[in-house]
Amino acid sequence: MSLTEAPTTQEPEVKQKPSRSVRSMVRDSEIDVRMIGMLGLLLVIWVGFNIMSGGTFLTPRNLWNLSVQFAPVAIMATGMVLIIVSRNIDLSVGSMLGFVGMAMALIQAELLPDWLGFDNPWTWMIVLVIGLVLGALLGLLQGAIVAYVSVPAFIVTLGGLLVWRGAAWSLASGRTIAPMDSTFQLMGGGSRGSVGEVGSWIIAGIACLAIIGYFGNDRRQRNEFGLKQRPMWATVATAVIGCGAVLGAVLVMNSYYLPENVARAVAEEQGIPWPAGGLQIPLGISYPVLIAVGVMLVMAFVANNRRFGRYVYSIGGNPEAAELGGINTRWTVVKTFVVMGILVGIAAAVTIARLNAATSGLGTLAELYVIAAAVIGGTSFTGGIGTISGAVLGALVMQSLQSGMVLMRVDAPMQDIVVGIVLVAAVAVDITFRRRTER
Amino acid sequence: MTAPLVEMKDMNVSFGGVHAVEDVSIDLYPGEILGLVGGNGAGKSTLVKTLSGAQKADSGQIYIEGQPVTILNPRDAKALGVETIYQQLALAENIDAPGNMFLGRELISGLGNLDDSAMEAATRKIMARLNPKFENFKTPVARLSGGQRQSVAIARAVHFNAKILIMDEPTAALGPAETEQVRQLMRQLKSEGIGIILISHDIHDVYDLADRISVMLQGQLVGTVDKDDVTMDEVLAMIIIGKLPEEVTESELQDLHG
Repeated sequence: MSLTEAPTTQEPEVKQKPSRSVRSMVRDSEIDVRMIGMLGLLLVIWVGFNIMSGGTFLTPRNLWNLSVQFAPVAIMATGMVLIIVSRNIDLSVGSMLGFVGMAMALIQAELLPDWLGFDNPWTWMIVLVIGLVLGALLGLLQGAIVAYVSVPAFIVTLGGLLVWRGAAWSLASGRTIAPMDSTFQLMGGGSRGSVGEVGSWIIAGIACLAIIGYFGNDRRQRNEFGLKQRPMWATVATAVIGCGAVLGAVLVMNSYYLPENVARAVAEEQGIPWPAGGLQIPLGISYPVLIAVGVMLVMAFVANNRRFGRYVYSIGGNPEAAELGGINTRWTVVKTFVVMGILVGIAAAVTIARLNAATSGLGTLAELYVIAAAVIGGTSFTGGIGTISGAVLGALVMQSLQSGMVLMRVDAPMQDIVVGIVLVAAVAVDITFRRRTER
Repeated sequence: MTAPLVEMKDMNVSFGGVHAVEDVSIDLYPGEILGLVGGNGAGKSTLVKTLSGAQKADSGQIYIEGQPVTILNPRDAKALGVETIYQQLALAENIDAPGNMFLGRELISGLGNLDDSAMEAATRKIMARLNPKFENFKTPVARLSGGQRQSVAIARAVHFNAKILIMDEPTAALGPAETEQVRQLMRQLKSEGIGIILISHDIHDVYDLADRISVMLQGQLVGTVDKDDVTMDEVLAMIIIGKLPEEVTESELQDLHG
């Protein structure tokens, strides 16, 4: 507790007018400066790689693939934020992804076909539900040991890292399980796992309406209570930027076309004659990206607008205060691990669907990427600080770095070195920045 | 005289082999400020924690408005109208004032979502009364001054209509102006019929504000005296040598100033 800090309201009016008014303008607008910094970093990475790769980075094809690869890490990073915010850690997510993925693969490839036959329309749903429940149970177990037996999360999940990896191996004695159910595969993206051109524009339209509706509702609510409004320009600017980003992303996704052989097959199915110049069928938004965005929205809502989220942040800020406030802190911690487990289940489904197979090495080292994404996105290990959207941006930064380096043919050891350095540097910059603005 | 608001009878708390509170009984009346004083480790904080639900008593019985009650956790205490302002304020540093004021008792809308606008409006309303200069409703409380943080903690207690208010060293971290503000507030709450238990190291504070003073020494109650019947030196004697005013000798009082 730092009680010596100067009270912010009673700051004497200093003469540096311009910088103060800019600062107060930023404060009134409630724009997250860190977020803008992250977007700037992402822009630098993208433009940098594009120049270095001779223009192959910022192509619809590369960006589309990047978006598909980023999905599993982004999905898990949203849960990791809540875990780290409440002063815990989960090192087991990679192994858990392997175990849950392997279980889901076995069920759909070897178990269910005996009962339902291959490619039964119910298969994907049954498998997914089992995967989510399994993830939730593993999370419940780890969370309960952390919260009620008071074993540090680091230890519990370090154990989990070994146990679930071993369990993944023993489930199939190290075999590779393939192929996946054809409907299930759609969750992984791939050439058919997208919503298509029209569907993408419809989603973009709905998203824009939702953005406008959200801000309108916020203003209405604050008006109702006679509270001070955020300046109109800031609201409008944020809404315009948000809609612009959505439309831009969809435009890019719709500029990536099905490869010729797949397009030919689709044309055949739908009885369209193959034109001489070829057929350009846009892929649009892929299902994994749609799932990741959906997860992000739900998690952001839970973090900001539900009691559970408020409790998680209060535990991170001051566990004693949370306890004295009458919050059931132990159960709240258990719930963060359960949520994490469910998200691992979703990420596992996306991963095995994309690979169309499960191996016992599935998800190896994923925990490090997930933690790195959350931390680069501004989640602090001291607890209480971190945002869902930041973690998703962090995942995007990580994936962009990796994709870019693959594109540049940087070899694997060098990639690890770069990612490691970026992780430490990002946190160093963040801490310095935070120390300055806290004053 | 009216019935006591709170009676704590024969309270005992021990940690391992150490008797932190031993057979202590105190009571509190509506509209009264009871000073609870004693040196470090006298057991005063532990005693009131059994009332605020932060510490379980090993034995003893608490009565609120004559009814025997069981207080196992902070939620129980709050349901009975007992609000506490802790020495360390118990604020979540990363959360803003409305979030802290409603911590654990958030206002929610029909669908179970947090109603931040309603919470901010309620906080503004209560702050207009307690601390009109307060205007940082959206900054994490870590960035507020000691006095502002204190007013958040007090606002929390006042908003939820405390009948019984426990204040553990409420002015320890405050400057003179802010201390005066808190004292003013305590007098106001007292006039509204709220019973206040004031724990403090500062004997002047207690002597100025309290109606009665209970003194603890090494886990035991030395005694409870009416402020008007004793001098400050006599209270000091109770705190330091554990003797009641009628037992203490003139030379012992002299020694206190040695």
